[in-house]
Amino acid sequence: MDSLVQGMQGVPLNHYILFSSIIFTIGVIGVLIRRNAIIIMMSVELMLNAVNLLLAAFSVYSGDPSGQVFVFFIMALAAAEVAVGLAIIVMVYRNTKSVDIKSLSRLRW
Amino acid sequence: MVFYFVAFLSIIFALMTIFTKNPVHSVLYLVITFFTFTVHYILLNAQFLAVVNFIVYMGAIMVLFLFVLMLLNLNKETEPMKSNLVKIMATVAGLCLITTLIGSMNLLEVSNPVVLVNPNIGLVKELGKVLFNDFLLPFEISSILLLTAMVGAVLLAKNDKKRVDG
Repeated sequence: MDSLVQGMQGVPLNHYILFSSIIFTIGVIGVLIRRNAIIIMMSVELMLNAVNLLLAAFSVYSGDPSGQVFVFFIMALAAAEVAVGLAIIVMVYRNTKSVDIKSLSRLRW
Repeated sequence: MVFYFVAFLSIIFALMTIFTKNPVHSVLYLVITFFTFTVHYILLNAQFLAVVNFIVYMGAIMVLFLFVLMLLNLNKETEPMKSNLVKIMATVAGLCLITTLIGSMNLLEVSNPVVLVNPNIGLVKELGKVLFNDFLLPFEISSILLLTAMVGAVLLAKNDKKRVDG
């Protein structure tokens, strides 16, 4: 374990911010270019994970465990969000026989 | 450096996740992406988060995604795709976002390296003390949130014949 942790030593905090920004942006692009509702939810998970990692990195950087507790709460929230979101998608599929988000456009007004 | 190698793998697999046409392959690439995030947590010596990430994301959430995908019988042929113009516009918008983020980051000075100020910070013992002393109320409220989500999911996904017909 000690030798593994050595691999992190010396990485500037900026590189963690840069890496998390890239993953977050990939998530944003995924939401924008796909029409499959399930893949859009997966992109949202990607964005949540990027933020989680950055919170953990800041927590280690400043030596404060609150950040990691916060990540734990975000994970609980993500689990709840996925359960409800997928239930909604299953219901939409049952009614429209498709997971295309375009089929949801009739929800307007 | 281990960090840069794992970060490279994360970015590659995240890109594969959103650009693969087959939804099942997409989920499998997402699993690998989450695994690389677990490695990142281990590198930060956040052992509790590494284990929770492994169990919750790679176990629970991924099984949920795969179950729904296979239940709905989705494959490459039925996959709805956006037009190329929208794709290009979306990619340009994403690149604008990352440019803004990097530009604002460059205004900061070169940061100090991340070092373990307190090596015990990510261990279950330390986090448990913080969680059950300072964050006891939020912890209890999150249990209510999970219960609500469970009831809501069952209610939404339940096949109610009367309501569908009527």
